[in-house]
Amino acid sequence: MTVNMTKGQAISLQKDDGGALTAVRMGLGWQAAPRRGLFGSRTREVDLDASAVLFADKQPVDVVFFRHLVSDDGSVRHTGDNLVGGVGQGGDDEAILVDLQRVPVHIDQIVFTVNSFTGQTFQEVQNAFCRLVDETNGQELARYTLDGGGQYTAQIMAKVHRAGAGWQMTAIGNPANGRTFQDLMPSILPHL
Amino acid sequence: MAAELVRGQNHPLPWTRLEIRVSAGEPVVAGATLGDDRGKVRGVEWVAHPGSPALPGLEVSQQAAAEHRLAVDLGALPDTVHRVSVLLALPVGVGGPVSFRALPAPFVSVTGLDGAEVAGYTITDLDTESAVVALELYRRQDAWKVRAVGQGYAGGLADLLTDQGLPEARELAGAIEDAVARGLARSVATPPPRPADGTRVRTAPHGRSERSAPAGPADAARDAGPQEQPAPAPRQPGGPVDYTHPGRRASAPPPPPPVAPAAHPGQAPRPVAGDATGWSMEERLYNQVWGMFEDLARTTAAYRSAVDFADSRMEQELDKVLSDPRSRIGGPGDAARDTARAKHADLTGQARAALDRDLAQLAAEADVVEPALPPAFAAWSSPVWQAYRAPMEIPMALRLGDLHLPERIDLRIPMLVRLPLERGLWIDSGKALTNTFTDAAELRRLAVDTAVAHTARLLAAYPAGEFSVHVIDAAGSAAAAFAPLVSAGVPARPPASGAAGVSEVLARLTRRVDLVQMAVRGGAADALPPDLDVAEQLLIVNDFPHGFDDRAVTRLRYLADEGPAVGVHLMMVADREDAAEYGPLLDPLWRALLRLTPVPDDHLADPWVGHTWTYDPPVFPQGSDVLRQVLDRVAAARRNGGR
Repeated sequence: MTVNMTKGQAISLQKDDGGALTAVRMGLGWQAAPRRGLFGSRTREVDLDASAVLFADKQPVDVVFFRHLVSDDGSVRHTGDNLVGGVGQGGDDEAILVDLQRVPVHIDQIVFTVNSFTGQTFQEVQNAFCRLVDETNGQELARYTLDGGGQYTAQIMAKVHRAGAGWQMTAIGNPANGRTFQDLMPSILPHL
Repeated sequence: MAAELVRGQNHPLPWTRLEIRVSAGEPVVAGATLGDDRGKVRGVEWVAHPGSPALPGLEVSQQAAAEHRLAVDLGALPDTVHRVSVLLALPVGVGGPVSFRALPAPFVSVTGLDGAEVAGYTITDLDTESAVVALELYRRQDAWKVRAVGQGYAGGLADLLTDQGLPEARELAGAIEDAVARGLARSVATPPPRPADGTRVRTAPHGRSERSAPAGPADAARDAGPQEQPAPAPRQPGGPVDYTHPGRRASAPPPPPPVAPAAHPGQAPRPVAGDATGWSMEERLYNQVWGMFEDLARTTAAYRSAVDFADSRMEQELDKVLSDPRSRIGGPGDAARDTARAKHADLTGQARAALDRDLAQLAAEADVVEPALPPAFAAWSSPVWQAYRAPMEIPMALRLGDLHLPERIDLRIPMLVRLPLERGLWIDSGKALTNTFTDAAELRRLAVDTAVAHTARLLAAYPAGEFSVHVIDAAGSAAAAFAPLVSAGVPARPPASGAAGVSEVLARLTRRVDLVQMAVRGGAADALPPDLDVAEQLLIVNDFPHGFDDRAVTRLRYLADEGPAVGVHLMMVADREDAAEYGPLLDPLWRALLRLTPVPDDHLADPWVGHTWTYDPPVFPQGSDVLRQVLDRVAAARRNGGR
């Protein structure tokens, strides 16, 4: 059963049977909001990009995004850039796979962000969500809806961080502005 | 979390539009009855069953099945309905099980339309019952709830419906059973097991006499001509339909990959050779080797980045201690330094442990993969070379040597390149190598030997007669090294020497590239002159640029650029310094070639992280005669024109 997360909420990434999770997928899905008025069919495509920044002791070490699809160590993989979002709904448009067992020992936080590459604000996006799935069995662990689209072009979604021997996920949901993750660095740092 | 109900337990329903999913191990009938405020089913129109699958707000499937999805819209039910009972029954008279004892415990769940589960219930403790009320959805003060019921009836549907107060229970039960039996007859039966290919081909020409000749149009169609497959059996009315295409043979699926034995809990699975995707064992091994290459590159990257981070963090922390005058000497400073060092040791220790775990796994994989490799992928020391025979087709790749990283020198990844070669090879005989202990003359000799080893492997990889070798040895300095090739009759002509020889070989190959290109572009491959050798060509150039004039250099560059696409490959054995007088003009030529070395050298980078890998050239086991044996077999296969 999935947990609908609220801002700031943290959940422990333990399986129901107590075992630690081995692989998770951060899925991102969105649709362009339909335009009102005439020529509504001329939809404006929205390109959201999911990125994952790997931190060691609050220093960025590696980043996985559409121009660097696999972290150097191979533990974090981006499944590829989606330029238009979902035409239907429900499915993940972009996904980042994290093999938690293989994450290098010095990486202690992985921050997931979403940027609007085409520059539209989140007001022009609908049904956007970010969800965390247990990759081994496809079960959804947590879902976070990007509600209340406002005048901003990026959002820091969530972070997965080490807690004891396992991992925890914290929903952040903080709006920010920027085209790619580089622009977000100043906004990410307070959340580490 | 979805509620897991036990018998008698109830649970609120958050929505009115729901799906009820049933899964039983065998086909069962799923239905639903509506009850009024006293739980009574008022008539047959209040029962949804395969004969009458849709009621307002309720729909069940028309057939018995092992999996069901019932759609329920509680809001659309008449107001008089206060209860919906979901029932399961075993189909009667179709030869299936007669009681639920023979089935695994059925599972029923209530889900939203998006599949999110609200409640689930496993119906346990069923025995001789052949019908069961699984769940009931009931109205309680304008809200709906679900209750796990699990009430079974040994007398089947008739008893169940009677118990719910339906007057015509027995007649309806009979009608449902009829509808189910009709539904089963209509459904697509599982196809019969396909006969083995051999059987099918053998029976095809005289199949008619062997089969009981059925009359009808199918027979007439068969008489129209011989077919590869027996025609489909005549259709019985209501019988299973044969969906196989009469003229199409299913392409045989690839044999399943070897399955790794189940791992003991807490241990990495034992590796198996061929544990990768692919249509053939060769392709699987190729993909597995590349997978090992990538894993080694990435796991090493993880280790190096952790160690780098630990180093830089310790440096920063030590700097901080130093820059603070209060802590520069004395207790607090020492303590801070010790902490920084301990943190460093701790992190590097963890990183090393993770690396060692991964390396051990990869080494175990290499141990099983290496002996399983076919000749083209195998090291010269592999026993498969002793049993070498000329292949019937080209392998997908060729091993040019081994690669390793300093973290673990004995873990070597075969360096496999695809065939046909996409770029030429350059065996560097120069001195500008990391290994400077070997003198120049020795390096040149080793370079030619390495070139001969690669050539022998290429020759052995191609079917007999499909690979020709030309040698340019302008100064004749490597005649001894080329002797094994020459004595096996590999080069069609003796090594070309002198400026005239160089220019003659280049002219010949240039003409071939030009003609084949024209034929390919014009789509007229059959118009090639009969004297043209259509085999793949390899040109070995030793001592470049000795004997080359400007025209010859231009021709060589043409071959390097245009040749690979039309089957003309270049192997240079050269020291770049020797051609220094050309200045930067030849840089594109060197860059276009894959540089290999006669001695281990760190110059190759992987495509993922860009580590510097040490390339180990192929080596023959001490005192081994495998090169001569293989060349002899290649020569023998050529003489016999095939095998």
